[in-house]
Amino acid sequence: MLLQAIAFYVFAAVCVASGAMVVVSRNPVYSVLFLILAFFNAAALFVLIGAEFIAMILVIVYVGAVAVLFLFVVMMLDINMTRLKEGFLDYLPIGALIGAALLAEILFGLGVLGGTHQGTVSAFTKAGTQMMTVDNTRAIGRVLYTQYFYVFQVAGVVLLVAMIGAIVLTLRRRPGVRRQRISDQLYRPKEESIALVKVPTRGGV
Amino acid sequence: MVIGLEHYLTVAGVLFTLGILGIFLNRKNVIVILMCVELMLLAVNINLVAFSVYQGNVTGQVFAMLVLTVAAAEAAIGLAILVVYFRNRGTVEVEDINAMKG
Repeated sequence: MLLQAIAFYVFAAVCVASGAMVVVSRNPVYSVLFLILAFFNAAALFVLIGAEFIAMILVIVYVGAVAVLFLFVVMMLDINMTRLKEGFLDYLPIGALIGAALLAEILFGLGVLGGTHQGTVSAFTKAGTQMMTVDNTRAIGRVLYTQYFYVFQVAGVVLLVAMIGAIVLTLRRRPGVRRQRISDQLYRPKEESIALVKVPTRGGV
Repeated sequence: MVIGLEHYLTVAGVLFTLGILGIFLNRKNVIVILMCVELMLLAVNINLVAFSVYQGNVTGQVFAMLVLTVAAAEAAIGLAILVVYFRNRGTVEVEDINAMKG
């Protein structure tokens, strides 16, 4: 149990620290790399709590797809790095104030900070149900393909629409580009592609 | 030293606050704002999974997967819009994006 607590604090600290580095990092490429680190540590937290399937999905989807997509776009766009952080300090006081107020409210609401509401959150935990009887992936699969089947289908439709939308948005038709159209080549009639020339003997063409 | 639900909710709260702070502070770069949105969605996922595990109800994890789907779709569409915008205007600064200000 102590080992679990130590692992939790290490993963949580690295997750929060890399989240902070995403915000304050000067180079967007470093921001993406810290985002990947934050996702990895969140996945480790999920493994620690016993949600292995979500952890693996998080690594595959976020690190494998989303973060690499961010990395591609950051490296593809030619961003002026020096101008990017202008005004960071202008917004720092008001931003820090709002952030501190929000964090204090969240922690008060959880009862972590004030200490007067102890047990508010703990009322949501059912004793003894933390250990599920079947393993995590099987438990998800049992409800995902039966009870939430239509929701699962809608998720697929959302991904399809996103894919088509991204393709339509970034597709660029360039006029004046010569490209090979094989069907046109194959359907050329004989009349416009072959010319029979009557060549006189010893006269040349 | 038992790690309870409060610990996970605290981590999620701090991550969510960091995401909002990043949106406030980075007024020059839309990409960092999109990353902060991803960070906030990750905090929401941590909340959902923590409640799901501590209540012994797997529905929260199914919902977390749907949030993940929507996050991936949002990242794809957002980055596509960003690429098109950069192709047209040559910048991704937030303060320059005012064509629809009216």
